[in-house]
Amino acid sequence: MLEVQNLSMRFGGLLAVDQVSLDVQEHEIVSIIGPNGAGKTTVFNCMSGFYKPTGGKILFEGREIQGTPDYRISRLGMVRTFQHVRLFNSMTVVENLLVAQHRHLNTNLISGLLRTPNYRAQEQKSLDRAWYWLKRVGLLELANVDAGNLAYGQQRRLEIARCMVTEPKLLMLDEPAAGLNPSETRDLNQLIVSLKEDYNVSVVLIEHDMSLVMDISDRINVINQGRPLASGTPDEIRNNDDVIKAYLGEA
Amino acid sequence: MAAHNLKHALFCAIVTLVIAYPILGFNLTSSGTNIVLEGAKTHTIGLVLLAAVAVFLFQLFRDNITGLLGKAPALNPLANRQPMEQSKRLKLESTLLTLIIVGALFWPFFVSRGSVDLATLVLIYVMLALGLNVVVGLAGLLDLGYVAFYAVGAYTFALLSQYYGVSFWFALPLGALLAALFGLVLGFPVLRLRGDYLAIVTLGFGEIIRILLNNMTNLTGGPNGIGGIPDPTLFGMEFGRRVKEEGNTSFHETFGIAYSSEHKIIFLYLIALVLAVITALVIRRLMRMPVGRAWEALREDEIAARSLGLSRTAVKLSAFTIGAFFAGFAGTVFASKQGFISPESFVFLESAIILAIVVLGGMGSQMGVILAAIAVTILPELAREFSEYRMLIFGAAMVLMMVWRPQGLLPMRRIHIELKAQE
Ligand SMILES: Nc1ncnc2c1ncn2[C@@H]1O[C@H](COP(=O)(O)OP(=O)(O)OP(=O)(O)O)[C@@H](O)[C@H]1O
Ligand SMILES: [Mg+2]
Repeated sequence: MLEVQNLSMRFGGLLAVDQVSLDVQEHEIVSIIGPNGAGKTTVFNCMSGFYKPTGGKILFEGREIQGTPDYRISRLGMVRTFQHVRLFNSMTVVENLLVAQHRHLNTNLISGLLRTPNYRAQEQKSLDRAWYWLKRVGLLELANVDAGNLAYGQQRRLEIARCMVTEPKLLMLDEPAAGLNPSETRDLNQLIVSLKEDYNVSVVLIEHDMSLVMDISDRINVINQGRPLASGTPDEIRNNDDVIKAYLGEA
Repeated sequence: MAAHNLKHALFCAIVTLVIAYPILGFNLTSSGTNIVLEGAKTHTIGLVLLAAVAVFLFQLFRDNITGLLGKAPALNPLANRQPMEQSKRLKLESTLLTLIIVGALFWPFFVSRGSVDLATLVLIYVMLALGLNVVVGLAGLLDLGYVAFYAVGAYTFALLSQYYGVSFWFALPLGALLAALFGLVLGFPVLRLRGDYLAIVTLGFGEIIRILLNNMTNLTGGPNGIGGIPDPTLFGMEFGRRVKEEGNTSFHETFGIAYSSEHKIIFLYLIALVLAVITALVIRRLMRMPVGRAWEALREDEIAARSLGLSRTAVKLSAFTIGAFFAGFAGTVFASKQGFISPESFVFLESAIILAIVVLGGMGSQMGVILAAIAVTILPELAREFSEYRMLIFGAAMVLMMVWRPQGLLPMRRIHIELKAQE
């Protein structure tokens, strides 16, 4: 469903991403790994439309989307989280989920001001969806707490829930396990697998936690200093000499 | 630390001297046909020096002083009480509000004409501040030229009535819509700018509108303004002693009561009251709709908002346009109340006052903004003797507020949303 072909991104003299290719099929978890500064987040930023790549193509469901504005891309069904959690901190947890559903409430100003039955029904639906996902990630009790006051792990889960209420086809997670304790990481592991199994969402995952990556990925892409180093199944990656030398070995 | 403080305090004192001495320390006096420069009286110079010393001391002990101020909230008996339960609070608030509004409906019949007139002005400021609250408080766009949209509303009515004899009730929506259109057109190029840049461009826009009004003498009468703006009518009844427009009747004759100029003032007050209530209700509802949440989301984290499919331009434009709409509303009422408008009424100071109301009240908080609008409009009237020091007091109040209660009089409170369990 997603195909990245020879993606390059240059910042002035720095070639942060150099000829990276990857693809994601439906019902698949694909990971991107690599040392710090390898260009993983930059690849995400290109895929989600924050950067306009300086070279290469990105195809989503057969459509070229490189250079499409960010908000359009997420409307196509590709949503992301951020390496440093980005919530609407002074809004409550539910409100965070309601903001994300603005598209489902495609009613005009007048019907909202008059609170027509149709508007109310749609509003109720988005509340239900928020309820469902809060329950799913275990934040129901905290629904009316300001998002900024949540513990770190809870913020991470809320960010994922906020993506899921938009009903995406492809979810891009940038280091979702960073800062989580082992038990939270285990929950996250199950959550991501369930997103794929139960909600039919494909996942692209950037992660440094190798056990998580090896455990849930269908395929892994390794990049190093912006260049693709290897790609394949977890077993292939584990036994790849280049990868061991460049990345796994030193860790 | 102490050395740094001393240096800073010295620097501030010198700045005070450098600014104050040339301004206050010399006088221009005319002797015959010449103008000569004279040193001011010694006691003025003494005062300037005293001020410099005061600045020096304040800056030197600033941490202690602000520390003391910071403790001041402890003096507020309400500061540490338990927050009320939401359903109870909302009920209390809505009963209280209904009572206040009903009171406000009857109040003008028992008080002096001057008070009613002032109250109308307060209501106009309430509308303006509620509108600006959308732009600044909710969407986080610092607009320093808000008065321009107020001017557009006022001049729309003034010009339409002058050239086409359009009545208040037609001009009201037209003024608001035209102001909104101005907001849309201006917003489009400007809203890519952030923070300070946006502030400066909107400031410039406010001034441009005023200067245009001043210079398009053929159309607007320039600095002489436009007079003879008609009063609103009530179902074709006029409030003047004699009927001006053909086909209209006069209010006092229809009801067989004696003519009183107070009728008109009370009527205008009631119109302003109804419009202010409508403004508050509409904006309140907007805040709880997807647009309202989008405004806040974009203010909170633009990148996250975009990643969720919110278009920055569309969201910001909607805030700007809706804010401008209500300024146009207020402008039309203002023109009708004054009967005469000139560019004088739409100077930058007005923008600053409206912004101050929003900040004092608490960004995003409707109740706070309404309270602050009342305070900022009425207090200067009560303290007429101090009118010379008005701006000074105003500035001091702002500084104190920022130190003591930066979140405003009544900070915005989030509404709790009940999520019902599903089966
Ligand atoms: N906007 C930018 N302007 C200039 N250089 C950038 C920009 N964004 C990223 N870079 C550079 O691109 C390189 C890759 O950064 P990127 O954030 O993609 O790495 P990463 O693989 O996500 O690393 P980490 O594991 O630490 O998150 C870095 O050298 C970084 O400094
Ligand atoms: Mg990164």
